[in-house]
Amino acid sequence: MSPRRVLGRIGFYTLIAVVLAFFSVPLLWLATAPFTSDPTYEVSLPDFTLANFRAILEHPYALGSLYNSLILAVGTALLVVLFAALAAYALSRVRIPGRDGLLYALLLLSSIITGTAAMVPIYQLAVELNLIDTHLGVILILTGGLLPAAIFMLKDFMDTTPKSYEESARVFGASPLQIVRHVVVPLVRPGLATIAVWAIANVWGNFLMPYLLFSSDPENQPAAVIIYTLYTEGGQANLQLLSTFGLLYSVPVVLMYLFVSKKYGFRFHGGIKR
Amino acid sequence: MRLRKISAVAVLALSAAACGQSSGGGGDTIELTITQNAIAGGKNAKGAEYIAKWVIPQFEAAQKAKGKDVKVKFIPSGVDDEQYKTKLSLDLKSGKGADVLDIDGIWMGEFAEAGYIKPLAEVAGPEAESWDGWSQIPEAVQGLATFSGKKYALPVGTDGRVLYFNKTLMTKAGLPADWQPKSWQEIIDAGTKLKAAGVPVPIQINAGTAMGEATSMQGVLPLLAGAGGEVQKDGKWTGAAQPLKDALGLYQKIYSQGLGDPKLQQEAKGRDKSFAQFAEGKIGILMEGDYFWRGVINPTDGVAKMADRDQTVGYAKIPAMEPGKGLRSQDFVSMSGGALRTLNPNSKHPKEAFELLAFTLSAEGLKEETKNGNVRITPRTDVNKEILAGDPLLAYISEEVLPLTAYRPPVALYPQVSTALQEATAAVVSGKTPDEAAAEYQKKLEGIAGGAGNIAS
Amino acid sequence: MALATSPPEAPAPPDRKTYSSDAAGLGRVRASVFAAPALLLIAVFLVFPALWVLYLSITNYRLSGVEARDPQVVGLDNFFNALVSGKFWNSTWLTVEFVLGSAVIGQVVLGFTIAWLMRDRTGPLKRLVEGLVILAWILPSAVVSFLWVALLDRDGGTLNLLLGIPGFAWLLDYPMLSIIVFNTWRGTAFSMMLYGAALGNVPPSHLESARLAGASGWQQLRDVVFPHIRGHILTNLLLISLWTFNDFTPFMLTAGGPDGKTEILAVYVYKEALIGGNLGVGAAISAIILLINLVVAVFYLRLLRRKS
Repeated sequence: MSPRRVLGRIGFYTLIAVVLAFFSVPLLWLATAPFTSDPTYEVSLPDFTLANFRAILEHPYALGSLYNSLILAVGTALLVVLFAALAAYALSRVRIPGRDGLLYALLLLSSIITGTAAMVPIYQLAVELNLIDTHLGVILILTGGLLPAAIFMLKDFMDTTPKSYEESARVFGASPLQIVRHVVVPLVRPGLATIAVWAIANVWGNFLMPYLLFSSDPENQPAAVIIYTLYTEGGQANLQLLSTFGLLYSVPVVLMYLFVSKKYGFRFHGGIKR
Repeated sequence: MRLRKISAVAVLALSAAACGQSSGGGGDTIELTITQNAIAGGKNAKGAEYIAKWVIPQFEAAQKAKGKDVKVKFIPSGVDDEQYKTKLSLDLKSGKGADVLDIDGIWMGEFAEAGYIKPLAEVAGPEAESWDGWSQIPEAVQGLATFSGKKYALPVGTDGRVLYFNKTLMTKAGLPADWQPKSWQEIIDAGTKLKAAGVPVPIQINAGTAMGEATSMQGVLPLLAGAGGEVQKDGKWTGAAQPLKDALGLYQKIYSQGLGDPKLQQEAKGRDKSFAQFAEGKIGILMEGDYFWRGVINPTDGVAKMADRDQTVGYAKIPAMEPGKGLRSQDFVSMSGGALRTLNPNSKHPKEAFELLAFTLSAEGLKEETKNGNVRITPRTDVNKEILAGDPLLAYISEEVLPLTAYRPPVALYPQVSTALQEATAAVVSGKTPDEAAAEYQKKLEGIAGGAGNIAS
Repeated sequence: MALATSPPEAPAPPDRKTYSSDAAGLGRVRASVFAAPALLLIAVFLVFPALWVLYLSITNYRLSGVEARDPQVVGLDNFFNALVSGKFWNSTWLTVEFVLGSAVIGQVVLGFTIAWLMRDRTGPLKRLVEGLVILAWILPSAVVSFLWVALLDRDGGTLNLLLGIPGFAWLLDYPMLSIIVFNTWRGTAFSMMLYGAALGNVPPSHLESARLAGASGWQQLRDVVFPHIRGHILTNLLLISLWTFNDFTPFMLTAGGPDGKTEILAVYVYKEALIGGNLGVGAAISAIILLINLVVAVFYLRLLRRKS
């Protein structure tokens, strides 16, 4: 090995080590605090107590809220992926006048909707449509906010997938819907999976919409809301419950990511590399 | 095939989701709901427990005895007060929301002006005015629930602010264990001695915007009262007048002479940290409300437990700048607030809702609520006499502090004015002079109050 | 090269008419049917409330108080008031710093670097690096904010412990740097994945011939890689700038402090709209943010389209 290559290797591994440290050090607290009897913000060797977990299991809303999060996240992700994929495919393959301008405009508008200023219109809209206190209402509203970015990203993938397969399928007489199902979806599956995880992660952390829209039943509230209730009357964080619930709250998204990335791949491009 | 599978799953998930919708009540059952910013297993858990485990079964049974079939449901919340307020506003605006609801006293003005709440007598009828509990509630506490001369709610309780100190540190610094300063200078002198004795943070008086309303209630407002000022007087806001400059002057003395930790005032979790530091014996003197005693350093279930609280922690009244210079020429001052419990004007069963409301604040109910170490100052004198005897600090506040306390103006603009006050303290802590900070405050105040005409200086 | 990654709005090549991208024979009608469900949802749950917000921005509407019962149209007052207030410009400037620092520089550079380092690799190291980076991206922000408070805390913070400088107040003395580094950590995954995909599209033969021609690493990047990934850079910059502009998470670390030094526009809107209840003002600032985002998007489009 030439000295230059050795230096290159050393440089490479140093960089990787720095990146690994940068991304893992902040996670340490989540690994230690839940197992510590009286956790503070200090990362210290835990005494491996399970008392915090027992306390969370006894918490009246903790586990139910994770289930609610699951409904909201999966429901939203399915709608986002399904509708965004169909729309992105159509927009990618057929030139509709003004389509790019439309996409940019929607993308920009979606930033208003995710802001706090939109809570009154959204709340009143939900009241008018009788969607208050339903998971469906929250799912539809969150889906509306995520769709433009999802279409935008998916259209990008679709633009890059080879069209020759579609053409040959068409030659063999397949209908457009069949082509989408059997040709396009398998090609962009990793992209769909990525969008699904992106949508899930977005919904998983969303506090304001579910909090406002579930107005009469805390049993419907997702974990993002329940984690904010683990404070005292004066606003102090109960770190025992918070760190432990934070861990439980994080595990499902991580599992979902692992599952999706193992099953479908997790990439921002089609399944076939050119 | 896959697409079909996916859509089938989607339909399933969505129909499962739609099932969350609640169904309306049937028959002649009266359904009532009650909400608080409290939740079992989280914020204000004991309050939530009281409603769910005692009020509801007892009230339902009492109504049954009268031949009424009443079902009560508790809607817990337990998030940040601002978010709870937002949700209440949205619910009430749309004609929804619980029949009985808790609000913070300072929201009353804006809620009333928005039409979100109405005078009790208008919603529930004359019974609300003639409720027998009123005779047990002191005039000042009734004032908490009164807006433009009408009672909009029942007060849930009140509180008071004092100076807490660590007796061990005081003794170390050569100060008496029963310290009671009579002027601001004595606070500064004590701080200087504590500093000389090596106490890391001699004095903690909340400042800055990070602590929010805690800066106003446990900081600038008691000091303002101590200098003889009020944030609003006779309908006019107080601008850059001398009392405000004096109050900001004390901040300057504390934070420019190293008697306080300016960084603690800026941190997002600075108040939590001040609690932890006091519990660890790093803070000499701390201005806080009775919540600090009950909920923070409480040796059994506080967030910053002090096992030796009763021996180590002393408390003193907050002195005026100089004897006789305080609000209403007092020697000592304090500030109080408190939650209110009121009715939803859209309630379908306002009479029963009021009965429920009154039931939660009956003498029997309050005694039940404050059992088992959950003591607080209730609105009722009859109950306080009984329950506060066992807690020296709460008895002290109830007897010594409440007679000289002051309240915030329950008007819609107060929250914005309070923020401007907090910004003024932040400016002083980070080096501006009290005069500069007061002038900036005056300017902001003119913007908030709609012109200089609404400001007295 | 019809299949090459191209920016979605790339001008049609001259031979466009002869080449139909509609390989499946969808046709406009069916395409509209495909797009309809998404567009319908967007119309009802996004466009409609967004227009409502724009309407609110010309009123003095508040969450409570007299203005809640009886809001008045005040024209462009909210906009003028914002534009003449020092606080708004301070927030805008901080937001620009935040977006430039954490998104345009932090996430793009770090994301590209990781993608570049990992481009030819497979195996556990790649999975570990990518997994950790993606973990930072998918964890809920309520949890993440606690992790970073624990990392940067001045007394017991992990960082001070590691560096041996107890008491160093990162969030107070370097608040903007702190939230920039935080957001870089939080969002790098998206850029990394996008560039990972983009680099996969660069034909290895092109790189090889450049290498044989004696091009340095930097020259290879500039002359071979960059032209291939221009479209991805555009998508990436557009999306992460937009997201970062509207990111509210730093509030959970610093609450906008100390003394407003991290009060970026998203936090400013939150404070006005939710804490202050001034929905008219909050809506107006949201509308201004929208305009700024529009300008930024147009800037990116021009910058990256010019040379293609």
